[in-house]
Amino acid sequence: MIPAVDYIRILPELVLSIFGIIVMMVDPLLPEQGSRKRLGIVAVVGTLAALAATAYQTGFYGEAFYHMVRVDTFSVFFHVVVLMIALVVILASYDYLDVQSIRAGGEYYALILFGTVGMMLMSSAIELVLIFIALEISSISTYILAGMRRRAAESAEASLKYFLLGSFATAFFLYGVAMIYGATGTTNIYNIANFLRTQQSTLAYLAVGLMFVGLGFKVASAPFHVWTPDVYEGSPAPVVALMSTGPKAAAFAVLLRVLFATGAPGWFWMVWVSAALSMTLGNIGALVQQNVKRLLAYSSIAHAGYLLVAFAAGQQVGISAAMFYAASYAAMNVGAFAVVSHFASAGEKYVTLDDYAGLGRRSPLLAGILTIFLLSLIGIPVTGGFFAKFYVFSAALQSGLVWLTIIGVINSAIAAYYYLRIIVYMYMRDERSEAPVARIPVGLGIGLAISLIMTIYLGVLPGRVLEYAIQGAQDLLK
Amino acid sequence: MNFINSNILTIVIFLPLAGAILLLFFPRRHRDIRYFALAVSLITLLASLHLPWYLVRGQSGFQFEQNIPWIAHPNIHYHLGIDGISMWLVILTTFLMPMCVLISWNSIGDRVKEFFILMLVLETAMIGVFVALDLFLFYFFWEATLIPMALIIGMYGHGRKIYASVKFFLYTMIASVFMLAAVIWLYAKTGTFDFVDIQGKIQSGQVAGFEHAAFWLFLGFFVAFAVKVPLFPLHTWLPDAHVEAPTAGSVLLAGVLLKMGTYGLLRFNLGLFPDQSRRNAPWIIALAIIGIIYGALVAMIQPNIKRLVAYTSVSHLGFVVLGIFSFTQIGMDGAVYQMLSHGISTGALFMLLGMIYDRRHTYDIGEYGGLATPMPVYATFFAFIMLSSVGLPLLNGFIGEFMVLSGAFQAKQLYGILAATGVIWSACYLLWMYQRVFYGSITNPANNSLRDLSARERVSLWPLAIAALVMGVAPMLWLHSIDPAVAAALKQFSSVVQAHATHAPGPLLRADVARNGVQALLQVIGR
Repeated sequence: MIPAVDYIRILPELVLSIFGIIVMMVDPLLPEQGSRKRLGIVAVVGTLAALAATAYQTGFYGEAFYHMVRVDTFSVFFHVVVLMIALVVILASYDYLDVQSIRAGGEYYALILFGTVGMMLMSSAIELVLIFIALEISSISTYILAGMRRRAAESAEASLKYFLLGSFATAFFLYGVAMIYGATGTTNIYNIANFLRTQQSTLAYLAVGLMFVGLGFKVASAPFHVWTPDVYEGSPAPVVALMSTGPKAAAFAVLLRVLFATGAPGWFWMVWVSAALSMTLGNIGALVQQNVKRLLAYSSIAHAGYLLVAFAAGQQVGISAAMFYAASYAAMNVGAFAVVSHFASAGEKYVTLDDYAGLGRRSPLLAGILTIFLLSLIGIPVTGGFFAKFYVFSAALQSGLVWLTIIGVINSAIAAYYYLRIIVYMYMRDERSEAPVARIPVGLGIGLAISLIMTIYLGVLPGRVLEYAIQGAQDLLK
Repeated sequence: MNFINSNILTIVIFLPLAGAILLLFFPRRHRDIRYFALAVSLITLLASLHLPWYLVRGQSGFQFEQNIPWIAHPNIHYHLGIDGISMWLVILTTFLMPMCVLISWNSIGDRVKEFFILMLVLETAMIGVFVALDLFLFYFFWEATLIPMALIIGMYGHGRKIYASVKFFLYTMIASVFMLAAVIWLYAKTGTFDFVDIQGKIQSGQVAGFEHAAFWLFLGFFVAFAVKVPLFPLHTWLPDAHVEAPTAGSVLLAGVLLKMGTYGLLRFNLGLFPDQSRRNAPWIIALAIIGIIYGALVAMIQPNIKRLVAYTSVSHLGFVVLGIFSFTQIGMDGAVYQMLSHGISTGALFMLLGMIYDRRHTYDIGEYGGLATPMPVYATFFAFIMLSSVGLPLLNGFIGEFMVLSGAFQAKQLYGILAATGVIWSACYLLWMYQRVFYGSITNPANNSLRDLSARERVSLWPLAIAALVMGVAPMLWLHSIDPAVAAALKQFSSVVQAHATHAPGPLLRADVARNGVQALLQVIGR
């Protein structure tokens, strides 16, 4: 008999799934050609309810369903991050769908909700098989979402590319799970940890390597990053906002569990090299981009690299730094893509740097907001991006990773150039073609306000969130 | 009174920012925006005058301190405070600001609201740099000056403005990353960002591994400041930024932003790493002297007046660096004085250039000639300010240069001799430029009908001209509070250096001589 409290420990997932089902059920009842805005409201209510459920969960820490799920500060932290991302993305999509004439609003919102369920479960599952299932739920939703702009060829390309390469990656992850089962005889994270504490296993090295490949793909870290620019370019902009942050945060949560909670061996150099490569390739790739979505895609590769620096630092400081980074990266990147999605207008026509020329004059507010997100991505003080980098690099220094820190710092300096380029285009160039900017719709406005407040909050008063992250790191290692 | 004294720095810092925020909600009527910006900058100036009024001169250490914990982890405090050095730099900033608003009155015709918002935000950041005593806070304000300035150059500049703006941003940004690295190192070893605490810990030798890292830390700070000063060979961003910037941008760039570099050298490089400062002084002085001479020679051949004035900054700031690294009382006093007087005279020069640019839209010396005939008032102001920049006795430039050169001679005669040539060069290029622009007969018919200065333009120049004169005849007004602050810095400094390097008695030990030098100077000037 499963005790009732177990259901509370998956309450946010349950709530969100129910709302996803409601969205799908209501969808056919609406007139076929009509707008799907009402479903967006249902989805927003769903995420808010899930947030409330997460808050309720904090009174019920513990494991559930025969050690399959574990609710602690670590998983609650990632729940909140993922839910906030989903909330802002849904708000940003509210008018976007009509502008792009995407009729499949029902599927769209439902898939975002289901995908979010998968991401949340990834952070709370402590059973590798369940983690794998959660990973699939989140991945499959995003594969479909990537192809939502049905009439655009590049959207279909993005979807297919993401699906094919993503399936390979998941297979790698599954292979790794099988190996670790072979090595330790269990798929429970903490049982694996107990086993590895007492015995050596060569197979475990292989397993960790394979799982790292799978998850490295999901977080778009080099050398598993090649899919990123094409997929981000083709997918609808709000979906990119989601998949560049949500599944990434969730996959990092899994990676934290797999590498640190299990006490797995042999990951250090793998992570080190991947971090250095991601930062360098991402930033150098971004330098030459003309398409803003591609530029931000390369930037997201670079940010995965910074995050992996925190992994390489390891221990409690590294883990908490990584968690903080995931949160603040989510805030600023979702915001940036939300602006991009609005500015792209019908058919996502305006996504090159030239289209951004003179944006500061045409739409001072939008340009100002985007500037703050970009400054945060550069890592200018009083934005979340600064403290994120600060914690990561100081964690790295504390662990004696001087060279990785140097590579990271040089990379942040390089990165300033291309983010700055967008600002230069917006404020200092005169527009060549008149790209119209519609008024900022209410939904997007709220979404942008949330990301903006979070970005600045994390930059001015990072203390609370960091303390929570430190607590989460302690819980993870317990 | 107590409330004001303990909060005055916060008030001075954030008044402009509050003004900028209010300005956001202003209607787009240009006139109101300008008057509002002027009012805000004047109120800030008034508020800042509280500082010299109530500063206790004899007291060492920082005054008007405010220290509030801001972020627990990392341990960052909102720690502000000033001494006689930083106080005058704050006043310089608040003093130049109303002139900058006045000078931009008509020359900025487009995106006026954004312009004044950027200016006010910039003012907040600049003041913050001079009063922050927490290294993190300092770094924040330091970076915060960058964005509005880059935007001012890039949005309102002329010609190759984007190139200039990006170059300025990247130079400073990349250089300050090194400073950040050094700051983080210090934090990692001491657990605090507080300047005073760190200084204390370094002096009492509580910082593990400091001996080995000291050189690199010194260099990290040094690079960030040297780019800003700018010290040869890191000066290449400066001519571009100056020439392309709008007038107000150039005034603030030359008047205040460059001083952030020299202030940083004085406060942080010397304050935290006295031993390293001394060891590295020879090559730094060499660079400063190269800067003095090179800047002057390059200025001489510029066909563009604004570029010419920009290069004079390279030369004049070389004096400041020389004075700081002479480690003599009089030299450092002079360096601080030179910072202030350079802010006044070069700021005024850029304003004058802006006025002629508004009329003719060119900086090309060849386009001008004989301007004294149609614009006698302008020519007079220009002559006055130009002479103050040359270093004519009884005007502000002379005092600073004289003191720096005395310090340099005390440190090593060769330094003094080489640097003194800079004075000659500056007379050459400025006088020659003046002759070409103002004297002779009018060769270009476009110059025949030039209007002389308007009332607004005169109002914006008078304060600077008066300041130049007062600073020239009554330097004690400033030196009274600068001298003790420098002496305190030097004393702290000499005790450490003596402890570390007893075998090398240097100019430091001649502080008494330096004091006599100051006294002698004062007698010359006649108080």
